[in-house]
Amino acid sequence: MSDRAAIQVEGLVREFRKGPRAVDGIDLAVSTGEIYGFLGPNGAGKSTTVLMLTTLLPPTSGRATVGGYDIVRQGAQVRATIGAALQEAALDAILTGREHLMLQATLQGLPSSERKTRTQQLLERVGLTEAADRRVGGYSGGMKRRLDLALALVHSPRILFLDEPTTGLDPQSRSALWEEVARLAREEGMTVFLTTQYLEEADVLADRIGIIDHGHIVAEGTPAQLKAEIGGPSVEVTPVSADDGDRLAELLTQFGEMRRDGNGSVAVQLPGGEAELAEIVRILDRADLHVETLQLHQPSLDDVFLNKTGRTLEGSGGAMARDASAAEDAADDTTAAGNRGRRRGRRRRGG
Amino acid sequence: MAADLAVTRAALPGPHPTSLVEQTLAVARRAVLRTTRQRALIIFPMIFPLILFAINGSALSSATLIPGFPTHNYRDFLIAMPFIQGAMFVSITAGVDLAKDIESGFLNRLAMTPVRGEALLVGQLGGALVLGVIQAIVYLLVGLATGVTLRSGIPGALVLLALSVVIAFAFASLGVLLALRFGTGEAVQGVFPLLFVTLFLSSSSLPRNLIKTTWFRDVATYNPVSYLLEGLRSLVITGWDGQALALAFGFALAILVIALGLSQSAMKSRLTRT
Repeated sequence: MSDRAAIQVEGLVREFRKGPRAVDGIDLAVSTGEIYGFLGPNGAGKSTTVLMLTTLLPPTSGRATVGGYDIVRQGAQVRATIGAALQEAALDAILTGREHLMLQATLQGLPSSERKTRTQQLLERVGLTEAADRRVGGYSGGMKRRLDLALALVHSPRILFLDEPTTGLDPQSRSALWEEVARLAREEGMTVFLTTQYLEEADVLADRIGIIDHGHIVAEGTPAQLKAEIGGPSVEVTPVSADDGDRLAELLTQFGEMRRDGNGSVAVQLPGGEAELAEIVRILDRADLHVETLQLHQPSLDDVFLNKTGRTLEGSGGAMARDASAAEDAADDTTAAGNRGRRRGRRRRGG
Repeated sequence: MAADLAVTRAALPGPHPTSLVEQTLAVARRAVLRTTRQRALIIFPMIFPLILFAINGSALSSATLIPGFPTHNYRDFLIAMPFIQGAMFVSITAGVDLAKDIESGFLNRLAMTPVRGEALLVGQLGGALVLGVIQAIVYLLVGLATGVTLRSGIPGALVLLALSVVIAFAFASLGVLLALRFGTGEAVQGVFPLLFVTLFLSSSSLPRNLIKTTWFRDVATYNPVSYLLEGLRSLVITGWDGQALALAFGFALAILVIALGLSQSAMKSRLTRT
């Protein structure tokens, strides 16, 4: 294993008694100070992986170290090294934010003289000073997530696990959380393992991304590498009249792989890049084909996901901003108890 | 590829930078805050036994006319019942509170810290302890205000409070065990009626020697709740009855020890830390 790897995973498997392999032999390595985005739809195995890496769920087989400690043999050392904000912000509605932090500070073993100071520091950092003495039951979703993050940071961990930290948040709260996570990695050198089903989140935050589907890692690399892997941009042309669809397809067939929709529109890959767009416009003009819209698409992580898995990832970034409440409905992909009930959000595609 | 690893669910020993006592007190403080901030959890379960005490104390008062009945005031006999009923409600409160922690993932949050299972278990009962003390004081005061005479005097009142708190603690540990076994508040609440049945299958309404139905008397004799009631009752009616008190404290402590022992094992499985 690499000495620099903050997280090293080899052939990790988790089987539930009455279900398929939630995680089916994954390998990955996360370097110190890196933000690693673990991207996948509901049920892909993201949360099961996090539960194993945070020592809350024993693996069926395979090996993993976190902070240099084995997750099975050195669970206590792993827990001392990491902070974790798991999928649901598990907070006590009856307690205040400050009481949560003081409890966490005590149980994490901070000296009594430091607990109040550390609590105040963290409240300020996550912007909850004014709400510190209010009961958490009255907090908004964003405030709960920020408190959750503060609780994960009480003992100054070197590695932070964030399991779908922005699910159900409004865009403003989401941006604030992204900023804080980026700052932790940039200024404090913290390693961040971030699971998400949101493309935009992975694209904005992650240095590297692993895409997991049906318990397998199907792609891994930087966002730029992954997009480059699937080729150049594409252009989608929609004619004014759907009857012109066949003629349009014939005109564009010379450019590359093509996809047609029912309304006559034709999408075509541009292996030669955006420069080919001008040629397409000239061809359409010469053919006197009236066009309603002509859109250039840069490859997105959703395209990457589609390319690697044959389907579209749910809950894409654009849709996330449009409909946070629907995203909130997306249920946990798996839990230690094997609760596999989940509601699926609408199928979406990022632009 | 590394060789497959054997899976172990047992918690490994790790650093415990805060002492067990400090951890227990921190968890208990939270449990007490939870209890005292949910007034409905204190008031309504406390009122129900008092209502039954008022109704039965009036409706069944002629039971004292049965030859051999140990007192002329039925309320003296009946006052032990609210203590047990209250303790049973405490068990539900403690169990549901823990079940909520399991369902919400709060227990997982605590499991991520170096906290020891024993601290979580005993600390969790802190709220039950407070609730038990409040209830016992209220029941005693209401009893005295309605004409109950305590033959054992003020020292007896203190022993009565102590015994009722031990009983509440024992029942609370049963509630915690149910929560750890089943993991949901609904399951804990679902078991409550069964717990309540044990109260009515005891010497709650009549002394065992005056129960004429043989099977009922036999069930009441084998039912530990009878001895809890009789220990409390002895302080009111008899004065100082060493045997009754020893049996009551003995059964309460036995329930407590057994439930806590089983809970500790269940907590280890529930924490599922490697």
